[in-house]
Amino acid sequence: MGLFDRHAGLLEAYRDVRTTGLDPFQIRMERVLSPTEAIINGKPTLLVGTNNYFGLTFDPSCMEAAIEAIRAEGTGTTGSRIANGSYTEHVALEQEIAQFYGKKHCMVFTTGYQANLGVISTLADQGDFLLIDADSHASIYDACKMTRAEVVRFKHNDPSSLEARLRRLGDKPGNRVVVLEGIYSMLGDSAPLKEFIDVCKKYGAYVLVDEAHSLGALGDNGRGLCEAVGVLDDCHFIVGTFSKTLGAIGGYCVSDDPDFDILRVTVRSYMFTASLPPSIVASVRQALRVVKAKPELRKQLWENVSTLYDGLKEQGFTLGPEHGPVVGVHLPDRMTAIGFWRAMLEAGIYVNVAVPPATPNGVSLLRCSLCAVHTSEQLEHMVEVMTGIGRQMGVLPPPKLRAVSGR
Amino acid sequence: MRIAHQLTVENDGIADTATLARGILRADVIREICLHLEPYQAGEKPITGETVIAKDLTIDSLAIMDMVMELEDRFDVSIPMSVIAEIHTVDQLADTIQDLRASRG
Repeated sequence: MGLFDRHAGLLEAYRDVRTTGLDPFQIRMERVLSPTEAIINGKPTLLVGTNNYFGLTFDPSCMEAAIEAIRAEGTGTTGSRIANGSYTEHVALEQEIAQFYGKKHCMVFTTGYQANLGVISTLADQGDFLLIDADSHASIYDACKMTRAEVVRFKHNDPSSLEARLRRLGDKPGNRVVVLEGIYSMLGDSAPLKEFIDVCKKYGAYVLVDEAHSLGALGDNGRGLCEAVGVLDDCHFIVGTFSKTLGAIGGYCVSDDPDFDILRVTVRSYMFTASLPPSIVASVRQALRVVKAKPELRKQLWENVSTLYDGLKEQGFTLGPEHGPVVGVHLPDRMTAIGFWRAMLEAGIYVNVAVPPATPNGVSLLRCSLCAVHTSEQLEHMVEVMTGIGRQMGVLPPPKLRAVSGR
Repeated sequence: MRIAHQLTVENDGIADTATLARGILRADVIREICLHLEPYQAGEKPITGETVIAKDLTIDSLAIMDMVMELEDRFDVSIPMSVIAEIHTVDQLADTIQDLRASRG
């Protein structure tokens, strides 16, 4: 058996994608011009699929901070925190994030993926129980493969489904760790967090919430869903990323647990990888200041969400269940989604295409993510383009012709 | 003699009840599994106890896990993901559900 024979099914599906036109999984941004524009295939293209929720990748103050840090401390740390030591700025960043959440402790990771992978797989170990939402991100699923805890899935955003699973554990010894996400990355829907917390309290379960897509977007101070529903104190662990709203890369976990720091010598994805380079640490610290100083960015983001979501809804598209910085547009199948995606790129708009197995319930989606600095004109134009393509492809019914009557 | 007789009767009684309970449950479990797998039937080949779920049907791994979640609630058991990974046939899935039900406190 050849090494790649086991991927035969996937190879075949992927061949369909590659032989029929542009490959959505290998798109090249020839030049990125701004948070909302890039040159793709030689053409200026509107970006509506980059998770750049506040548009801070080109924020002059963040860019300056990064450049200054490179001049001062070089391009990289060339080793891990436990081997090469922490820079003063790593520690400062951790303190600032802990303060942002009003939590005692924070650990910073080199990616958000590694934060979830390491923290989740370490918190729940042999004899424990890890309960995860069915629509969890790949980093959470991968953590489940690494832990020796018993892992059980519950139905997406369904507190009663979690409760049934906690109840069935009865009085078995072992910690219960429940993993939730603030905003789910494919359909942009939020967890009913308050209800989940009530269930967790009833059964004495620890709660970890991943705020990767909700940092900045939710809560009066942008702390995420935990803040928005007033349960910051009930969330034992909050994980997040620097790669979306904060416009760089990296992950973090905050907690009030007095022994939290033991994770620094137990979490392998923290111990055995190089720490964040000075430039990233500097731009993230500045981006966090911007998030605090400019709440108007959050307001703009949600206005843009409304423009796109309501605009597409009105035209008859099937969307994710609620407004969110991610707007998932349902399409009937994989190849329709890919065809639609190509037509949009032709028309100068870039979004993500998400197809099984990366999507819940085997759905095929165009995944749009909004940016505070999109203009309403850009988004109205996008609705028009998508409506046209939708009709052309038979995804939307033809326009209702106004009855012209001579009578 | 009388004691032995009583014992036998008692044992038979227990065995009968258990077999009955298991029997009814097993038929229920198999029926329920088949119901969930029907949409993924490949061609004319019927779904039986020996059907290898991931191979003989058109169901993907995520849909298998979602189906298991439905079965968990139907039979009030939780099947850990590591156990699901070891299940290949409809029979094995039914056995797992029955074993978990039997071991409930």
